[in-house]
Amino acid sequence: MTGTALAFLVRLATGVRLLPEVPEDGKRRVYYANHSSHLDFMVIWAALPARRRTRTRPVAAAEYWEKGPLRRWLAGRVFRAVLIPRELARMRAEDPLGKMLAALDEGADLIVFPEGTRSESGELAAFKPGLHHLATKRPDAELVPVFLENLSRILPKGELLPLPLMGQAVFGDPLPGPAGDESRSDFLTRAREQLITLSHGHLPSALHEGS
Amino acid sequence: MKDPELLYLVGGVVAVLLLATLITRLLIHKGGETPVLVNLRQRVNAWWWMMLVFSLSLALGRGGVFGFYAILSFLALREFITLAPTPRGDHRTLTWVFFLILPVHYLFAWAPWYGMFLIWIPVYAFVFIPIRSALAGDTDRFLERTSRIQWGVLTCVYFLSHLPMLLYLPIRGYEGQNAKLLFFVVLVTQISDVMQYVFGKMFGKHPVAPKVSPSKTREGLLFGGAAATLIGTGLWWATPFSPPVAALMSALLVMAGFFGGLVMSAVKRSLGAKDWGRGIPGHGGVLDRLDSLLFAGPLFFHITGYYFGTHMAASHAQPEWMKAALRLWMGD
Repeated sequence: MTGTALAFLVRLATGVRLLPEVPEDGKRRVYYANHSSHLDFMVIWAALPARRRTRTRPVAAAEYWEKGPLRRWLAGRVFRAVLIPRELARMRAEDPLGKMLAALDEGADLIVFPEGTRSESGELAAFKPGLHHLATKRPDAELVPVFLENLSRILPKGELLPLPLMGQAVFGDPLPGPAGDESRSDFLTRAREQLITLSHGHLPSALHEGS
Repeated sequence: MKDPELLYLVGGVVAVLLLATLITRLLIHKGGETPVLVNLRQRVNAWWWMMLVFSLSLALGRGGVFGFYAILSFLALREFITLAPTPRGDHRTLTWVFFLILPVHYLFAWAPWYGMFLIWIPVYAFVFIPIRSALAGDTDRFLERTSRIQWGVLTCVYFLSHLPMLLYLPIRGYEGQNAKLLFFVVLVTQISDVMQYVFGKMFGKHPVAPKVSPSKTREGLLFGGAAATLIGTGLWWATPFSPPVAALMSALLVMAGFFGGLVMSAVKRSLGAKDWGRGIPGHGGVLDRLDSLLFAGPLFFHITGYYFGTHMAASHAQPEWMKAALRLWMGD
């Protein structure tokens, strides 16, 4: 109930459209998207049809979402986020990938942001290796690129109040997993380029000019 | 809606829409679901909804009308700013514009506090906007960015708000009937759009400005405009005008509507888009439907005011509570 109402509000405020219901194929999905705003995962989550939405869990930074009762309630109860403590991950004290794999194995879909952090400029940074790990460890999960437009203008990093502009979430076709002889960096480049293609030139690339 | 003449107007539009729905059904039954016909059906359906919401706002009285136009302004400005690429430095400025300048303007309009309605945006907001953007510290294309926001507020908020303001225009012998005047303006302007589109499709050969809008043709303007003027003249009984003046005012609405659409089309194209949004199926965005009313509203409001020699400034200078507060303060 809360989820449906919140998803409706998010769509109303950001102008993002609800995806049409598709027949169930039983496949798990990992949505990966460009990251520039706190709204990003909420927008993907809100755009999904209700049945898919209820089993989709965003992967987010524990430091942010465990602060304060409201965020804790949202992350824990509404989004059922897979929270990754950044500091611990950096110190290798906890295996962040293990948590994501466990969630997938429990039948959840994931939302990940392979850049690792929100981009300040709206440009697409290089991808962290996590996506490659997910793709090799769970090859039956579909990797779906999602291009998020205008979200960095609605709620940029460091701002408190969102602007009522219209954003968009463009879902692409599933990305084929790493081929036999494909290196990790080649796969990550391919995944990243898929997202840039999906944006039709609206996603400035921090690495390649004009791609 | 106690005025029977207003009900006649609504009834007339409902009859026309029924006819349009029937014709569309027949065409689709004969010709199948071609893209043009599907678009036509979408457009007619959207007209039903727009007509319903517009009439409902009139039925709710002044509060309903001003609330309706405040929401329209909000949606229009939202489409405008979404297409106009404003950078990070404008975020706070735009927050003030959307959440303070716009609602306060409609409060002044609704009150009515005519003086503040006139100057709140062109003076106070236009001084505030560049100040706030300068404080944000981004000097890159500063003049362009500031003008863009100011133009958006001017057209989507200030110009549009002149339509509900017609409710307050004091016209002797027409007291309490101003809702019909608002209906007349919206009806003639929108019918002019439809007629120009239809006649343009039928006889259109010479585009007025091919780069700006290939669908706006001289033939469409001439025949469509003439048809809309005739319809407007035929509605003189609902207005405070005599038939010849109703004809002139309809012609004014046709021309203002045409140029409003043309200019907004040029703005849209300079921003690299074909439609303002996708809010209204078959039509595009809210601004694609409102563009012709943007210039027509303020021109009609002021010219009608001058024609009847009405004194908005004297009769609505300040709201009553403001006068009472001043009397209390001055001890007079």
